[in-house]
Amino acid sequence: MSVLSQALWVLLLGSLLGLELIGKVPPTLHTPLMSGANAISGITVLASLTLIQKAGDNQALLLIAALSLGFALYNVVGGFLITDRMLAMFRRKGDT
Amino acid sequence: MTSPFLSMDLLSDAIDLVAVLLLALGIKGLSKVRSARGANQLAAVAMGLAVIGLLIEIQPGPMAWLWIAAGSAAGGLAGLVTARRVPMTAMPEVVALFNGCGGLASLLVAVGVALFDSAAADMVALVSIAISVFVGSITFTGSIVAMAKLQGWLETPSWTQSSVRHVVNIALAVLSLVGAVLLPGDPTGLPLWLLVIGSSLLGVGVTLPIGGADMPVVISLLNSYSGVAAAAAGFVVGSQLLIVAGAMVGSAGLILTQVMCTAMNRSLLSVLFGGALGASGGGAVGGGGSEAGYTRITSCSPEECAMALEQAERVVFVPGYGLAVAQAQHALRELSKLLEAHGVDVSYAIHPVAGRMPGHMNVLLAEADVPYEQLIEMDMINPEFPRTDVVIVLGANDVVNPDAKSDPTSPLYGMPVLEVDQARQVFVVKRSLGAGYAGIANALFELPQTAMVFGDAKAVLNGLLSELRSMGVGKVVAKKEKDKQKVAV
Repeated sequence: MSVLSQALWVLLLGSLLGLELIGKVPPTLHTPLMSGANAISGITVLASLTLIQKAGDNQALLLIAALSLGFALYNVVGGFLITDRMLAMFRRKGDT
Repeated sequence: MTSPFLSMDLLSDAIDLVAVLLLALGIKGLSKVRSARGANQLAAVAMGLAVIGLLIEIQPGPMAWLWIAAGSAAGGLAGLVTARRVPMTAMPEVVALFNGCGGLASLLVAVGVALFDSAAADMVALVSIAISVFVGSITFTGSIVAMAKLQGWLETPSWTQSSVRHVVNIALAVLSLVGAVLLPGDPTGLPLWLLVIGSSLLGVGVTLPIGGADMPVVISLLNSYSGVAAAAAGFVVGSQLLIVAGAMVGSAGLILTQVMCTAMNRSLLSVLFGGALGASGGGAVGGGGSEAGYTRITSCSPEECAMALEQAERVVFVPGYGLAVAQAQHALRELSKLLEAHGVDVSYAIHPVAGRMPGHMNVLLAEADVPYEQLIEMDMINPEFPRTDVVIVLGANDVVNPDAKSDPTSPLYGMPVLEVDQARQVFVVKRSLGAGYAGIANALFELPQTAMVFGDAKAVLNGLLSELRSMGVGKVVAKKEKDKQKVAV
């Protein structure tokens, strides 16, 4: 199997998995779920890291890659933390 | 010689697989209240694993480490500070901002590879670069516009409500397409920039016409796009983990968008291409303050409202985003404590899209320590309104509009609403008679049992509090509370 067709299979199966994962979501969780999924989409960090490695001595490319790493990580760290902040409130609510 | 190298490869592959599994479990767990918080942490761990797995695989040199450290420190710290500092009321804006940055990251990766990497010569790489740039740019500019509109920094320009916008957007899409098609001939030159600029402007062009009430749906859709952008970036750098994770977020985001549309009784197509809700119905565009059309408004003072509350047995509050803007959740909590001490049955009616995102109001009231049991969802509380003495609507508008049930010509027709018009007496606390977020007149305001209390939600609530206290309502408890606070200080 060529690398491309393998990648396309991965794309297809990943998409189908995503469709199956979310069925019924209570309205209360729409915002946290969106925010959590948003944090996961910051997985572009992997592409940024790979690009930094590939860049070698090319300073311009290193700069672009590091910038993209920064933005992606902003998405990841901020996204997970803010989702946690929201969900922490739900838990406290359940306790009282 | 090969065995240690092989085992390293094997290790990073194994880590990748575990990371994918945990990410999938994380997304699944996030859709249930009980498991949500753990699931979010699980997804964060999975992300950390994925990064470690990649670092093991690529073994960066000292130079690369330096740049990795710089980028991580800047992005990570900024994320930490933003997530800690931002008020809960601004949640939708912040999600949009984070999302835009994710899109920008994918865009930068693709541009970087196109400009400097000779591996970008083959067709597969070029197609993935084109897709990554296109989707990444739209996600980035679209999210930033969405954030600016939610913050009130951007209005909805009137030309975007005419069909001119379709012409402009089609032209921009064609421009991007031309750039994408010409890209193989000259991967570093004009076509790339044509594609970047065309799709960035397209992101602005498609988001700008959408009205504030539909913004949550747009943010959710853009969130799905950022997954697609990540998957495309996965093709660009050849990372299967990135492809799986991006594809999962992309399709899960699409489902969530659909679920949100259903909750708001809107179709995705009309959200995207129909322009701002109510703009075509002759109402004010984008929530502008039109007072025309109201003829039978009764207004009353906080004193009269307090008197009605004092005699009520059952009170329902309908909180909306206006309450959160006025930072009046805590005053509302005080008022309901006072009424409870007086023997009044108090509850809160929560519309599925109260606030600016579904579930937003639950977060805001939880922050003000409102007990969970008092927050009643729409389907549960609607049958209760006929036996409710007083309803106080605080900064909510469209979600209590009775036209949604009775007037087929209303743009809101068919949207599920809180049936507050069934209650014996309704007070609407509002700053002015300006149209709601969707820009539509509200028939509730003209009903005989409705009275408007004009003013800022917090000021009115504090007024009600002092009126009720001067009537002697719940005096003992109020004093106790004060003592408690003194002790706490």
